[in-house]
Amino acid sequence: MSTLPLDMQILNAIAALFLLLAFAMLSQRRVVTLVKLLALQAALLCAATLLLAWRTGETHLYVSALLTLLLKVLFLPWLLNRLIRQLGVYWDNESLLQISGTMLVGVLLVIFSFGLAQPIVALASTATRSGIGIAIAVVLLSFLTMITRRKAMSQVVGFLSMENGLFFGAMSATYGMPMIVELGVALDVLVAMLVLGVFFFQIRERFDSLDLHHLESLREDK
Amino acid sequence: MLLLASLLGLWVVIGFLGLIRPTSLRFVAHILFPLGAAVGVAIAAAAALSIGSPTEQWVLGVGLPDLPVHLRRDALASVFLFLLGAASAGISLFGAGYFRRGEGTLPGLLCLQYHLFLASMGAVLLADDAYSFMVAWESMALTSYFLVTTQHRIPEIRQAGFLYLLIAHLGSIAILLSFGVMQGGSWQFTFDAMRAAELPPGWASAAFLLALLGFGAKAGLVPMHVWLPEAHPAAPSPVSALMSGVMLKTAIYGVLRVTFDLLEDPLWWWGLVAMSLGLFSALYGVVFAAAQTDMKRLLAFSSIENVGLLFTGFGLALIFQSAGMSAPAALALIAVLYHAVNHAFMKGLLFIGTGAVLHATGQRNLGRLGGLIHRMPWVAWPTLIGALAIAGLPPLNGFVSEWLLLQAFLSAHEVPRLFLNMLLPLGTAVVALAAALAGYVMVKFFGVVFLGQPREAALKDAHDAGWRERAGMIWLAAGCLLLGLLPNQAISLLARVPVQFGVLDPDATFGSWWLLDPVAGRQASYAPLVFLAIVSLCVVATIFAVTRIYRRRVRRGAPWDCGFARLDPRMQDTAEGFGQPIRHIFEPFFGMRRELPAPTDSAPHYHVEVSDRIWNGVYVPAAALVQRLALTVAVLQQGRISTYLVYSLVTLLVLLGFVL
Amino acid sequence: MSGLRWLIQVIEVLVALLAAPLFAGWIAQCRAVLQNRTPPSIWLPYRNLRKLLTKEAVLAEHASPLFRIAPYIVFGTMICAAAIVPSLSTNLPFSNAADAIALVGLLATARVFMALAAMDVGTAFGTLGARREMMVGFLAEPALLIVIFVASLISQSTALPTIADRLATEAFALYPSLAFTAVAFALVLLAENARLPVDNPATHLELTMIHEALLLEYSARHLALMEWSAALKLFNYACIGMALFVPWGAATTEMPTAPALMLAIPILAFKLLVSGAVLAFAETAFAKLRVFRVPELLATAFLLAVLGLLVHLLLQG
Repeated sequence: MSTLPLDMQILNAIAALFLLLAFAMLSQRRVVTLVKLLALQAALLCAATLLLAWRTGETHLYVSALLTLLLKVLFLPWLLNRLIRQLGVYWDNESLLQISGTMLVGVLLVIFSFGLAQPIVALASTATRSGIGIAIAVVLLSFLTMITRRKAMSQVVGFLSMENGLFFGAMSATYGMPMIVELGVALDVLVAMLVLGVFFFQIRERFDSLDLHHLESLREDK
Repeated sequence: MLLLASLLGLWVVIGFLGLIRPTSLRFVAHILFPLGAAVGVAIAAAAALSIGSPTEQWVLGVGLPDLPVHLRRDALASVFLFLLGAASAGISLFGAGYFRRGEGTLPGLLCLQYHLFLASMGAVLLADDAYSFMVAWESMALTSYFLVTTQHRIPEIRQAGFLYLLIAHLGSIAILLSFGVMQGGSWQFTFDAMRAAELPPGWASAAFLLALLGFGAKAGLVPMHVWLPEAHPAAPSPVSALMSGVMLKTAIYGVLRVTFDLLEDPLWWWGLVAMSLGLFSALYGVVFAAAQTDMKRLLAFSSIENVGLLFTGFGLALIFQSAGMSAPAALALIAVLYHAVNHAFMKGLLFIGTGAVLHATGQRNLGRLGGLIHRMPWVAWPTLIGALAIAGLPPLNGFVSEWLLLQAFLSAHEVPRLFLNMLLPLGTAVVALAAALAGYVMVKFFGVVFLGQPREAALKDAHDAGWRERAGMIWLAAGCLLLGLLPNQAISLLARVPVQFGVLDPDATFGSWWLLDPVAGRQASYAPLVFLAIVSLCVVATIFAVTRIYRRRVRRGAPWDCGFARLDPRMQDTAEGFGQPIRHIFEPFFGMRRELPAPTDSAPHYHVEVSDRIWNGVYVPAAALVQRLALTVAVLQQGRISTYLVYSLVTLLVLLGFVL
Repeated sequence: MSGLRWLIQVIEVLVALLAAPLFAGWIAQCRAVLQNRTPPSIWLPYRNLRKLLTKEAVLAEHASPLFRIAPYIVFGTMICAAAIVPSLSTNLPFSNAADAIALVGLLATARVFMALAAMDVGTAFGTLGARREMMVGFLAEPALLIVIFVASLISQSTALPTIADRLATEAFALYPSLAFTAVAFALVLLAENARLPVDNPATHLELTMIHEALLLEYSARHLALMEWSAALKLFNYACIGMALFVPWGAATTEMPTAPALMLAIPILAFKLLVSGAVLAFAETAFAKLRVFRVPELLATAFLLAVLGLLVHLLLQG
């Protein structure tokens, strides 16, 4: 029953796949696959930006797509894979809740985000406004990923996925953010990654493991 | 109306007739119970014929000084009276052959309690003012208490009866308070006054919640369900059938009457509360049913599941009604009524089947039964129909109400409220899950009890049911079949209820006599007669083709069992084993305690106890709290006369001070 | 005109009956090729059926009449299901009598009777198989219902031929919700038809069987009917998938003429060929799951279907 033009339908399809990837990351136990899913998510983001750029003709969106491609699809996953090899973390089997419980909470978060987005969709003026609900859902799901994971690497992937979701939301709502803001955020993410990499080595030296519950032993009352 | 009231009075008379010769089993069982069954048939016929008639009211001369007894028969009451009469006819007929010596109560007394129970349920359905409603409700609770504790010499049965009475009374208090709120300042307790009263939304919500609590306690809604799994196994089987099949439905009647008739303009969140409680009960009940080892407890939990489904449909109807979508609301309401009638037949049939098994084998434990289809075919085949019906398989009646409920859910996404239109389709998912699990539970029940090999040697002496019991079971099984094959006739009768409530258009049609097409604007139809005809045609054609073309005789031999030579009946699944996947998957629901044998045990022993988390988490602490409070207050009772005299003196002084 | 519709209906059922073993044979061939074995003949299932039908039936001593009649009931319900699913044409008169929810009910009936028959003989493996089959069933059935729900929300009907018809005749559009439900449906298909990664149809290890364990006590014509029903069930599921997700090619109500039907048959054959190959590939690519991982797989399918429903409600597409 859809009467949207073809490129809008493709954009909707990309949005749906975006959501699916966020769910897949929620239940994925292998860290290498997590990074691959993150790269795929960033690739989808790049494709959506390109499509939007082609549709609206705004040049800053082309630059933004190029930045996304270089930084999030190529560089960051390469950096993460290098970290994984050096630290030796390949599996993240334990999580806070059972997989089915996590998925159920995920579905409830999705309902919440979609419900939240419905009045916004009615008011916004861009053509891609239905992507806002998906963006909010992806942000919340990435947050959930960060909460339910034990290994630090998975939490970093969750953080990056949250950032992807925010970008997608910005793109759907206002056709991207001003260039200064995008460059600033990209620089922040890069610096954060480098600092986190250093931190991981320190944590591993201290505790011989990247399991975050060891950090609890740093409490005062011993 | 006069006819119905006098038929109810006839039940009372039959009950008292039992006292003439209280010790004579023959008189009670062979004359009075079948008479009661005949009265039930008459009530069902009269009610069904009067569904379409306009509402009648009647004021009796008796009652309180300024509140005489008001009676009223409208479409809703007629539907439930039909349910009462038809289901109780089959059950009474079964009871005529069932009751034996040594039940613990004299047969005449049993007859009195039984027929007073039936009459009080009828009185609940006809009552039109708060006083007569509460009188009928309380007599229903009391007579059923006496019936539950028929074998009162056994302590567990007395405890079950106590718990039942306790929760029934808590519910009655809530209902009474609800009536108190609904009279809205006029201090008139007739239902007409309550209909006319205009309540502000806060008070109306209070009345609704109190009614939900009170009627939900009687219906077995989680978390007020704890009495059901105790009381149903404790009672004799015809009484369990009556309680599960009919008494729970009076609670549904009550909640429908209060919400759709006495209160106007439901708020949107009422339906959400009812639906959430209903969905949770449905899932809870069926998951626990899958883990039971006592066949009557299994059926009791299955009743909790079906009550949950009824409340789900009720909540859905409320949500649609508050959103102004009257056609889906009517559909949901019809689904609720249909399911209530269906469940009375299906659950009644299953309970009396277990009664026959219990009498033949003396066993309630599923782990000691098996292979009874060979010794008791007259019990097994009607029970199979009941089990298939509850599992929701076409073309039986359980499928029709499930189909209607799902069709109502399909309109749920059109509700204009923000989060609701997304949460409601989740409800569909839970309903589908509960329905699928019900199939699992019924395969377990029927398979472990009737199929396979006998797990105990004594089962070889099991005898089949007598002719009265067979007649009762066949009556109920025929009801299941007819309700499944002729849904359009049933719906056209049930549709009078939404019309009466103003929800449905009086000349809405639901398709032709053989085709059910309830939703306008959507292509969704179901014709069970055609369906059954074609399925039977395919099956018969297959049998014909295969046996004619490939005419070979059948040889009987030992079962293959992959070549294992010695087949032991203890090698087949126990009831616990069959429920193990559910226990494993739904672990958070259960409080389990297991005792596993150690490898060095000379007499290995395995014990698992599945307990209700709600019982342990809510009721036990509440009971402890009540005990503590009682002990604190007990300080006042010193036992010395001088202390009590001091109390009296102080009271006298205070009153004198007040007056002067 | 209505005579032609009934004729088409009967032809469809006959095609389903005759082509189902062929479909099973084709899948077996693809699997063998993918696993680097010499493929069996594509007519092998027919030869098996003929062999079984001519044998003498042996029944267990204490099998009840339920055991004897179950194969016929299962076979009958599968034929009825074939009458509801639109494979050649979307103009099926029988679909007015039973819509997609009734179809799910039919499949549930078949499953319940198979499980009861397995419990009837009272062997350890039979009851084990019954328990596992019901476990798979109770999770797969809600997922299937939600998939049908989503499809009926898009096309405003629960009758399967109408769904296929609306999807085929409307202008082409990408429905992301249908994509989600397609994945969910694929998982349900694998689970319900006892395919890898849920159950190996060619296994001989009784402790790992789900569907095969239900057939252990059957022989001769009863076994033939049960095997034919299994093949028919797979065929029906494949046709349901095609009706819901790739319905183009079937003769729609606008053109129930002879040329359209003539075109529909090779299109159906092509679609079945491709889906059979894809199924064989999926079976070879994944290892068999442990029994208690299967509920997780089906819970994923269920969640995907619910997600598809939510995405449809948000995006309306």
